[in-house]
Amino acid sequence: MEGDEIMADTLKKVNVDDLNYLTRFVSDKESHLVIKDHDVCKTKCPDKVCTVFCPAGVYKWEGDRMFVGFEGCHECGSCRIGCPHDNIEWKYPKGGLGVVFRLA
Amino acid sequence: MPEKFDVIIVGAGPAGSAAANTLAKAGLKVIMFERGEYPGSKNVMGGILYRQQLQEIVPDFLNSAPLERPIVDQRFWMLNEKSAVQAGYKGLEWAEAPYNNFSVFRAKFDQWFAGKAVEQGALLVTETVVTEAIVEDGRVIGVRTDRPDGDVYADIVILADGVNSLIAKKLGFHKELKPTEVALAVMQVINLPTEKIEDRFNLEPNQGATIEIFGEATKGVLGTGFIYTNKESISLGVGTLLSGLMQKKMRPHELLETLKDHPLVRKLIQGGEPKEYLAHLIPEGGYNSMPKLVGHGVMVVGDAAQLVNGIHREGSNLAMASGKLAAETAILAKEVNDFSENMLDSYRVRLLNSFVGQDLKKYREATHTLDHHPEYFKEYIPMLNKAASEMFTIDGVSKWDKQKKILGMVQERGTIKTLREMYRLWKVMK
Repeated sequence: MEGDEIMADTLKKVNVDDLNYLTRFVSDKESHLVIKDHDVCKTKCPDKVCTVFCPAGVYKWEGDRMFVGFEGCHECGSCRIGCPHDNIEWKYPKGGLGVVFRLA
Repeated sequence: MPEKFDVIIVGAGPAGSAAANTLAKAGLKVIMFERGEYPGSKNVMGGILYRQQLQEIVPDFLNSAPLERPIVDQRFWMLNEKSAVQAGYKGLEWAEAPYNNFSVFRAKFDQWFAGKAVEQGALLVTETVVTEAIVEDGRVIGVRTDRPDGDVYADIVILADGVNSLIAKKLGFHKELKPTEVALAVMQVINLPTEKIEDRFNLEPNQGATIEIFGEATKGVLGTGFIYTNKESISLGVGTLLSGLMQKKMRPHELLETLKDHPLVRKLIQGGEPKEYLAHLIPEGGYNSMPKLVGHGVMVVGDAAQLVNGIHREGSNLAMASGKLAAETAILAKEVNDFSENMLDSYRVRLLNSFVGQDLKKYREATHTLDHHPEYFKEYIPMLNKAASEMFTIDGVSKWDKQKKILGMVQERGTIKTLREMYRLWKVMK
């Protein structure tokens, strides 16, 4: 939808990494987010909308596969719910790991 | 045989800790699991906590709860690009006991609330993920955790594991959530000196204000922006249905930056220093999206049960009320040693008959209707702004002519159509 694209373009740009550095993370070595089949992203999902709505910019399309920057994940669950192809295996990081909110 | 508890609680948020407080006070043997480093470390809320339901569980909470400011001023903005139609209520009766609500930081508050349960005798185990409920012959008899030898058993399991509600899903209590059933909220905590906050928001010390922002804050998509005052910071955020973000291809953090930059918002936070950035989901499906709440040996409470009243931004209070009701049901069940679904069903019945169920029922069609009819946010809010500007701009045109002009805007839209849309809105809100 063209009109919608234009509206998204009116938003003020921000680099999500500049926001995420305000947040504390204790990262696991292993990802708690796994793309079930990269080929599905490549061939069945032209929009790759996870790369847009993820509030931490975890998902980046690298031409042939989806890069998953799980270390900056806020564990909100949006990608699991919003993936149009149910292509994300989503679980919580191991106990004590992942995002650590300090304030609100 | 490993140690057995009366009740296992999964999740030490407001719902879980409400249950743990109630159960431990009654002398039951309670264990509460929290996957975070400490309770609250995985939890986010714009920050408004209501007094009533907390006081029912911790009567003397005022002595020790980590509260930011009692809210005395609740404002609502129908925001357009360079204007807002404003409404609100400021009441100084809210500046003194018993108070109505407070801004809080969840990382502090949830630790305190869970700590109160521990004082009563509950056992709190942090940094532990509950991966599933252990089921035997159709009965929930315990939980599996991600610790070695991590199976724990109890007569009753209370699922207070939050909006994603993965354990109830595994039990078949609900299907995967839909993008139309959750709002993705992002927020920032922005430090500002106390006197700046009090000057900018017209507050005395130990008074707080909230602003809920509709319309331009979410670019017309269903959702709200919010600005809440803490002691030495502002919590500023925006939440929209996930489906709306997907459809409009908007980045939530860019929506937030855009709101921070809005000419009516900018000055309120000017000079502030962002301290934390947070994202979380809010269940918005309401009454129609509630999962199965009860099974043999298991009850679902709080966000996991979708207990949020999005229209009135209430959630943590519904969570506490549900946690308390589930705990009271567990206490009765323990007395008669009956943990059947039939017995525990009295939790569901009491919940639905309480203000929690009644309020969710009242607004059961609201989110769905507002989502399906974007004109309320997208068209009526700008129209309202234009009408107000017209009426209050003194330019030599008579008030009768101005009224005609405003009526003209309605006629242009279609009088019958407008009346029908207003009736529809009234119907889902009444």
